[in-house]
Amino acid sequence: MSDAPKIPQTEPRYSATFDKNTASEIRRAAATGIYDIRGAGAKRKLPHFDDLLFLGASISRYPLEGYREKCGTDVILGNRFAKKPIHLKTPVTIAGMSFGALSGPAKEALGRGASAVGTSTTTGDGGMTPEERGQSSILVYQYLPSRYGMNPDDLRKADAIEVVIGQGAKPGGGGMLLGQKISDRVAKMRCLPKGVDQRSACRHPDWTGPDDLEIKIAEIREITDWEKPIYVKVGATRPYFDVALAVKAGADVVVLDGMQGGTAATQEVFIEHVGIPILAAIRPAVQALQDLGMHRKVQLIVSGGIRNGADVAKALALGADAVAIGTAALIALGDNDPHLEEEYNKLGTTAGAYDDWHEGKDPAGITTQDPELMKRLDPVKAGRRLANYLSVLTMEAQVIARACGKSHLHNLEPEDLVALTLEASAMAKVPLAGTSWIPGVSQF
Amino acid sequence: METVTFDLEKTPLREVNQYLHSDAAELDGKTVTITNPGGAHNIAVGLKADVDVVIDGHAGYYAAGMNQVANVVIEGSAGTGVAENMMSGRVHVKGFASNAAGATAQGGLLVIDGDAGLRCGISMKGVDIVVGGSVGSFSAFMAQAGNLVILGDAGEALGDSLYEARIFVRGNIQSLGADCEVKPMDEEARQILVKLLKESGHADVDPDSFTLLGSARTLYNFHVDNAGAY
Ligand SMILES: Cc1cc2nc3c(=O)[nH]c(=O)nc-3n(C[C@H](O)[C@H](O)[C@H](O)COP(=O)(O)O)c2cc1C
Repeated sequence: MSDAPKIPQTEPRYSATFDKNTASEIRRAAATGIYDIRGAGAKRKLPHFDDLLFLGASISRYPLEGYREKCGTDVILGNRFAKKPIHLKTPVTIAGMSFGALSGPAKEALGRGASAVGTSTTTGDGGMTPEERGQSSILVYQYLPSRYGMNPDDLRKADAIEVVIGQGAKPGGGGMLLGQKISDRVAKMRCLPKGVDQRSACRHPDWTGPDDLEIKIAEIREITDWEKPIYVKVGATRPYFDVALAVKAGADVVVLDGMQGGTAATQEVFIEHVGIPILAAIRPAVQALQDLGMHRKVQLIVSGGIRNGADVAKALALGADAVAIGTAALIALGDNDPHLEEEYNKLGTTAGAYDDWHEGKDPAGITTQDPELMKRLDPVKAGRRLANYLSVLTMEAQVIARACGKSHLHNLEPEDLVALTLEASAMAKVPLAGTSWIPGVSQF
Repeated sequence: METVTFDLEKTPLREVNQYLHSDAAELDGKTVTITNPGGAHNIAVGLKADVDVVIDGHAGYYAAGMNQVANVVIEGSAGTGVAENMMSGRVHVKGFASNAAGATAQGGLLVIDGDAGLRCGISMKGVDIVVGGSVGSFSAFMAQAGNLVILGDAGEALGDSLYEARIFVRGNIQSLGADCEVKPMDEEARQILVKLLKESGHADVDPDSFTLLGSARTLYNFHVDNAGAY
């Protein structure tokens, strides 16, 4: 036996650049020859609303009493041109998610939850279903490049129409719905052969550019006799110009979706590397509206990673009129719930990380077209959970607004905010906490 | 048959379209003539009654867009997106049609006597389109269902990423798009062609002078060996 001293081993060290996840993706790509497709939004850490804080009232400003003094939450959308604008009781709306990506019961649950608290839901790439129209007291009908299921009867049935130019998860990209989810019903609604890997168009088939968009919006207004508000949805990339052009084209409402925004199925590389976080997009969008004298006249709805009432309040303080939620609404319905852990394990993942929504095997019955799986979602109970959650978002935003002395959520303003990081300060154009410095705007 | 005439130089388009959206009881069986259209956009969009509309001149973008049931005749030429997303009925352009004629349309018949521009029948979902002249490049791009009959020539990338629509071409084809291929003319297709030629005023044209094109269906499901085509 040698009694030479044992040489201490260094701990095995993973590369920060080639971390486990990265290496596993390289192996997956090498094995299959096709890019990774998944649902949900950007997963990496990004500058976000958490990097902002509210300055509550103190000696220089006084707060409102919690349960006694009113703090309004309602919002009117579409009063620029539409004869019948929409009146929501809360500024939190449900974002467009397609039937096809989501099951019929999931769409019904979204409608039930939203209607219970006086807000709207939105259709998606794949048309309007009776489940959703039946349960949504206020329904926004998306007008997408694919025009799957688009028809004038549904246009007339809608309460508002959203012309989709892009989405935060994939600005510049079209939709995807893989064969597993093209059931008979979905195939029929989209007029596609059953089981195809469907890629929807990324550009509208009958117009290009802002001048055409203006004519297109006019066409939709003519078809619906100028009754319905017309929204234009863009993914956050060049928000100042996109918002200005949407306003010029005649939009009543602009929807701006940041890169954290969810998707039903998109290439991972697209989700993580194209577009900008919503935090960086709101101020330029609001600036465009202000420069055109249209702030609060053309309403701004923002989305992409909204999770709680603080996020809602911060988005509104930066100048938005309302927000939209997708991923959070699905979680409220029951997506990725820990009680299904065993089933997620069988799919090779874990509750909270499941994002292979395109495969249609969702054990929660939400992102699937499998008749057995979708039976698991009780639309009444799930709708109730969503309604509860939406109420919490609204109340939380009110708590903050009252603390800042505001009698309506729309009275929140950038002056109520400071930033925790330099990045957030520069992006949201509010001072770094404890200073009066806004990089790019004021001197240190 | 009762005729109602609107002069677009005197009456705002909004009023004309509003009238055209009246109840079926008001419109059924009527002929509505629109004079001096002057290339205005969005003429006669969103119709849903059994009415005959004559646009007495040139129309701009989206003429007869989303048409249901109605029979619209454009005496002159039509701009981009004529009869886009049509559901049923008939739209007849006597002159030329610009880009994206019949885009995404789900039903009915679109007849174009002259040439059609780029992307004719793009994303079509069940409509029948008969073009008396030639069509521009990228026609029937991602066409899902329906029939596109071209009496003249076709530009580049005809039928690219085609789904289940049929394309009949009589003239030359500059090039076929990805996944579009020549198919043998089966009896079902031939009968459809004969019927469409008849309905569009080309009963004298020999159906056997056409080539049938359809989807090779190789791009229906992702496969690594097709990567170049995505
Ligand atoms: C399952 C799913 C399906 C979606 N489908 C559509 C769609 O059809 N059309 C669309 O414009 N956006 C679609 N989106 C994006 C949402 O409308 C919205 O922009 C996004 O979810 C907001 O971000 P959040 O998920 O972080 O709340 C979808 C999102 C999800 C999660």
